[in-house]
Amino acid sequence: MLRLPTFTYYRPKTAAEAVRQKLAHGKDAMYVAGGTDLYPNMKRRHQTPLHVISLQDVPGLNTVEVQQDGSVAIGAMCRLSALEVHPHLLLNFGAFAHAVKEISTPLLRNMGTIGGNLLLDTRCTYYDQSHEWRESIDFCMKSKAGSICWVAPGSPRCWAVQSSDTVPVVCAMEAQVELVGPDGTRRIPASELYRDDGIQYLTKRPEELLTRLWLGAPSNWKASYVKLRRRDTFDFPVLGVGACVWTDSYGVVTKANIRLGGAGSYAIPATESEKVLVGQQLTDAVIAAAGEKAMKPARTMDNTDLDVYWRRKVAPVFVARALAACK
Amino acid sequence: MSEPNKVLATFHVNSEPHECAFAPHKTLLEVLREDLDLCGTKHGCELGECGACTVQIDGTPVLSCLYLGLDAVGKQIRTVEGLANGPTLHPLQDAFADLGAAQCGYCTPGILMAAESLLQANPSPSRDEIKQGLAGNLCRCTGYLKIFEAVELAAARMRGEDAEPSKESIYGS
Repeated sequence: MLRLPTFTYYRPKTAAEAVRQKLAHGKDAMYVAGGTDLYPNMKRRHQTPLHVISLQDVPGLNTVEVQQDGSVAIGAMCRLSALEVHPHLLLNFGAFAHAVKEISTPLLRNMGTIGGNLLLDTRCTYYDQSHEWRESIDFCMKSKAGSICWVAPGSPRCWAVQSSDTVPVVCAMEAQVELVGPDGTRRIPASELYRDDGIQYLTKRPEELLTRLWLGAPSNWKASYVKLRRRDTFDFPVLGVGACVWTDSYGVVTKANIRLGGAGSYAIPATESEKVLVGQQLTDAVIAAAGEKAMKPARTMDNTDLDVYWRRKVAPVFVARALAACK
Repeated sequence: MSEPNKVLATFHVNSEPHECAFAPHKTLLEVLREDLDLCGTKHGCELGECGACTVQIDGTPVLSCLYLGLDAVGKQIRTVEGLANGPTLHPLQDAFADLGAAQCGYCTPGILMAAESLLQANPSPSRDEIKQGLAGNLCRCTGYLKIFEAVELAAARMRGEDAEPSKESIYGS
């Protein structure tokens, strides 16, 4: 049996109490939401917290609050399977609902939460293995005991891959996240939650709790999410393109955000592709030209599924598909 | 580290209360199999990648290998042992037997629990909806076709239709 290591389990009744418990135990404590990312990692001894703080009893985190203007505040503990069928999300935030439905399997979406998916650990072929496997080749730098990066042995940094389906699309949509810490609550753009490092992939302080995701009101934008993976279920994105395009009344693009998931340690902006779009209508030629510019920022490494060079080559195709869906 | 003290709790499994003492870091899968002797629920990958350990909690199919036993206390747990009604098999079990939808049988309890949830929510699922509903359960023997056919047959029988497996399903074309 792959067993969990022993730990003390807490179910605090408020966010403030959860933060206090995390502060009290520091690095020895971890938050858990749905558990579908943390518990497998604990079983493989990636993380061995002595204290696990469950957020399931924190009130108010299980609701989708639709505001007057159509924007929504999604509680971090909302199950993914509830979000993928939520009528307001399906109608007004179809790209987000689609990205949620693309996550893993129906069983895991019954357990996993949106907060957990937004904070999903980065992944790597050399890291997401059993303890014995990793020990046999010597631990990599993402493990506590290691110092080398096996995918790029000369590298001073970790190249583990951003693997959440929702992150590229919420970053492209300029969504915001609410964080609760010991000093109160703050709201930041979702894209500022992440940084380009496989180990320190989040900018939030460890004790800060992600409590809500805010999606901006429906307006003159359209978003999309397109995912590449080997199987149509289970698999993390090998490439996940989130796109959001703002247009004026003539169909001319006024702003565009394109984020490449699964192509680096954070959802990488395809800045040159975005530049091609602004001031243009989304014609097939413009979309193809924007797609071509996406090959360069896709920093694929040989640390996930499918051939590394092919994954880079198809980035333009997937960006073009995502943009075509924004028409 | 020494083993933590066991905790005493009552689990509601298949509509029956079961009091047991268990280590608080155990998953529901471990509690079911090791502390309640309900071994119908299988342990496969134990990492959420196969669906063999699927059980229903308050009617929703989840993976018992990633669900803490502690979190299941006070909830209604349903396992494959609770599918049959006394000596009468559940229509899904009947259909799986009729069509040979189980070969080695290891994935079967998990698939039955996922399929039962699907049919509760949707008594007339299309083939595509069945595929979606069972997309979290791996089977390495059957190639899935007989499983899909068995779910369709069970669904028809549960709707009260006088459905029999097609000769093609049983004997091939």
